[in-house]
Amino acid sequence: MSDDNSEEKILENQNSYWQDNLRLILTCLVIWFVVSFGFGLLLVDVLNEIRIGGYKLGFWFAQQGSIYTFLALIFWYSKKMGELDKKYNVEEDS
Amino acid sequence: MDELRLYTYIAVFGTFGLYFAIAWWARAGSTSDFYAAGGGVTPLQNGMAIGADWMSAASFISMAGLIAFLGYGGSVFLMGWTGGYVLLAMCLAPYMRKHGKFTVPEFIGDRFYSQTARTVAVICLILASLTYIIGQMKGVGVAFSRFLEVDYDMGLYIGMGVVFVYSVLGGMKGITYTQIAQYCVLITAYTIPAIFISLELTGNPIPQLGLGSTLADGSGVYLLDKLDMVVTDLGFKEYTTAKLGSGINMFAYTMSLMIGTAGLPHVIMRFFTVPSVKAARQSAGYALVFIALLYTVAPAVGAMARFNLMNTIEPAAGENLVYEERPQWFKDWERTGLLKFEDKNGDGKIQYVADKEANEMVKVDRDIMVLANPSIANLPNWVIALVAAGGLAAALSTAAGLLLAISSAISHDLMKGMLTPDMSEKNELMAGRITMTLSILLAGYLGLNPPGFAAGTVAIAFGLAASSIFPALMMGIFSRNMSSKAAIYGMISGIGVTLLYVFQHKGIMFIPGTSFLGGMEPNWFLGISPNAFGVIGALVNFGVAFIVLKSGEEAPQEIKEMVDNFRSPHGEVAAAHDH
Repeated sequence: MSDDNSEEKILENQNSYWQDNLRLILTCLVIWFVVSFGFGLLLVDVLNEIRIGGYKLGFWFAQQGSIYTFLALIFWYSKKMGELDKKYNVEEDS
Repeated sequence: MDELRLYTYIAVFGTFGLYFAIAWWARAGSTSDFYAAGGGVTPLQNGMAIGADWMSAASFISMAGLIAFLGYGGSVFLMGWTGGYVLLAMCLAPYMRKHGKFTVPEFIGDRFYSQTARTVAVICLILASLTYIIGQMKGVGVAFSRFLEVDYDMGLYIGMGVVFVYSVLGGMKGITYTQIAQYCVLITAYTIPAIFISLELTGNPIPQLGLGSTLADGSGVYLLDKLDMVVTDLGFKEYTTAKLGSGINMFAYTMSLMIGTAGLPHVIMRFFTVPSVKAARQSAGYALVFIALLYTVAPAVGAMARFNLMNTIEPAAGENLVYEERPQWFKDWERTGLLKFEDKNGDGKIQYVADKEANEMVKVDRDIMVLANPSIANLPNWVIALVAAGGLAAALSTAAGLLLAISSAISHDLMKGMLTPDMSEKNELMAGRITMTLSILLAGYLGLNPPGFAAGTVAIAFGLAASSIFPALMMGIFSRNMSSKAAIYGMISGIGVTLLYVFQHKGIMFIPGTSFLGGMEPNWFLGISPNAFGVIGALVNFGVAFIVLKSGEEAPQEIKEMVDNFRSPHGEVAAAHDH
């Protein structure tokens, strides 16, 4: 770190890193909620009108689709956070 | 000795030999090895170990059976036991890894600058983990007694002995590497029969696709449609739409299991074993990959098992199976008492219907579905033997993880952290091993004398973790101001409300007959079952904490700085292993 990075600047940097992180988490959790509690539980009867193969769509979300979405969410978050770590220069000291 | 027994012995003892060899190779030399495997586990390895740690006898043996009989209602377990990993990956694991301590109560004690908070966390941890472990020990006993044909008690002793060797010797390091092996065993054992059965029924070898395919009998009817038809004809609820209680109950149940997952210390602890914050995020993802392999197959196993069972008993409408011509697996499970037939109308044939008066299958234990599945589908004997080894791997790996969480809470948090802070590392390691041994004995005792509530225990463990530890961790990370007093009141009221609700419907300390509000549905608050109540406890926890915070002091400045520090991957790890 060079000298012109005053204490204040570091704090500001940390703060916007955290705000970006929170936004990212919020986006992910909205999707997380919609596929499981939304599609799998609350809207299940509506979605069950639609079918993919032998699956009723609501049933598929509850027993398959939500789990695949969870997986995608975690890897996407992990990748995005890697980018944020770089952008704000807060990567771990190795 | 018949062929099946021979294969079973080979599979079970072969895998045990493997676990012992690994434990010897990875034995712990330091407290850091013992609690956190020296911090050198890669995300992929850790993901696999979390998978084994996570998937217990309940996941392996019970879940598909539950789904088979609950149908759509069983989705609460599928979503509930996977969705928590999203929370872990984003809201908990990276920051707790950055903070760099060994145990969950230690994190809570640091963040809330209070030994009282740490003690309360230890108590919550022990309550949740002990409740959970009883179910595992029972699973070990049942699996051994069925497959090695010893009695339940003997099976339990063997299980205790095996866990003792590799967990006391190896600590987290031994457990981690053994769990990796156990994961491989259990996932192979779970998927192979599923592939066979899916191929047989639908012609598609991938169970996840087979479940949505048409039947291979040339009728062109979808498997799920046919299943819906068969069960509704006999008066059961339609498979793909049957709800578990009310909509609110399913919602609360799913949420309780999710946040309980994120609050169970034996899982969180695993994130302390990886070398970096980045690795902590990734290992949550890998863990879910390995878990999803089983969890997306389970609905297929459940539906196909139900289908095969129905089909065996009533191959075509009105053509019921003659009791004297029942297949061998039917006789085998009758002998264990888990399957019972009563010829109520005296026609010598088996009627399996929803109407209790006319139903002649008076007992079909849900837990037998996965274990009996290969024989119902006429699979070769080596597949059945493999399932035995898989079930044992699932139960043993989870038991070991829970035992480690309990013993580290006692030796590291209570003894080293509070009672005798000047204990040397060597003595702490010894204390860890002794408390581990005592925990195994206690778990074994509870497995031999299960309080009369063993069936529902696993779900209750999630409720306890959801209502106490999860909210405390979330507030500690996401609110810089949260004070120790607020967190302590929050945890106590959250777990208190949950325990009260469970006790009032299931009996005080689960003693039958002492439930003062009755166990039945009409008395449930908003129709929420005691197993699903954790989320309400968590809301109480959050609510109480914020009220106390508003009326008292905020956390001091140095704590806020600590929070800032663990929110960012950069910078020093908090004075980690030197107290």
